[in-house]
Amino acid sequence: MKPKFGVVVFPGSNCDHDAYFAVKKILGYQSEFLWHKEKDLKGSDVVILPGGFSYGDYLRTGAIARFSPIMESVYKFAENGGIVIGICNGFQILLELGLLPGVMMKNESLKFVCKDVYLRVEHNDNIFTKSVHQKVLKIPVAHGDGNYFADETTLNELETNKQVLFRYVSPEGNVADGFNPNGSLNNIAGIVNKKKNVMGLMPHPERCCDPILGNTDGALLFNSVAENYLS
Amino acid sequence: MYKATVIVKRRPKILDPEGKAVEQGAKLLGFNNVKKTRIGKYIEFFVETNDKTVAEKEVREYSQKLLSNPIMEDFEFTLEEVK
Repeated sequence: MKPKFGVVVFPGSNCDHDAYFAVKKILGYQSEFLWHKEKDLKGSDVVILPGGFSYGDYLRTGAIARFSPIMESVYKFAENGGIVIGICNGFQILLELGLLPGVMMKNESLKFVCKDVYLRVEHNDNIFTKSVHQKVLKIPVAHGDGNYFADETTLNELETNKQVLFRYVSPEGNVADGFNPNGSLNNIAGIVNKKKNVMGLMPHPERCCDPILGNTDGALLFNSVAENYLS
Repeated sequence: MYKATVIVKRRPKILDPEGKAVEQGAKLLGFNNVKKTRIGKYIEFFVETNDKTVAEKEVREYSQKLLSNPIMEDFEFTLEEVK
């Protein structure tokens, strides 16, 4: 059975159509937009919080979107084991909502960074990367606030529980400061919650699914979710 | 009615790249005595009640839930009665 993806649309989302197009037109899964003012997840098996600038990034990234009516349903859905993927601004919203720990600060360079980065897949014990057999993925980032921060206790917990899913690395897979685009602690690019049904990542897998673009590493993540979402 | 003024600051231990960048500007202008620049947020609004306790409670909760992120920020506020 193929999963149905629901893509939440906030005022200011700008990667919602990319996510919808990638999962529906390129990968062939069912997909539907979910307006932020609604509460109905329309039978989605997987909810995607897309990238963009919800509410203009005012106050803090994701701070206002996390109070949108649909987020109450997304929170309950996640608490009951539903699969949630937060990409870029979606990741920031998940942090503000408290479904994932930590906070996102401005990039150390203070610059908006838009380029391909290399990610090392740290663990395969979850639905998001279970079927990803590549150790290093090339996926673009595009953000100004991707500098992940958490206090020492939280950071240790994340590492001990194998919740750090992706780290910024060299093309060969080595962790080094020079390959960290934003100054995030421990080169963190993506994490999962303890139950491993909620994932947040700064890079944009939906932007590298179409073979015509010359890179389909992003499709590995969506396909992994589709292959394993029932398990 | 009360006028509330909320100031949100990054925790002292949290790096402040904006503050650092602005301080570089200070150095360029020759303000060599300027140290430890930190950037925060200033938010003002009115609370429609004549009960100061109610106003305080509302401002505190608003600041905790939305205006600041407790992981990296602290806030302080003042209330001023206005007619």
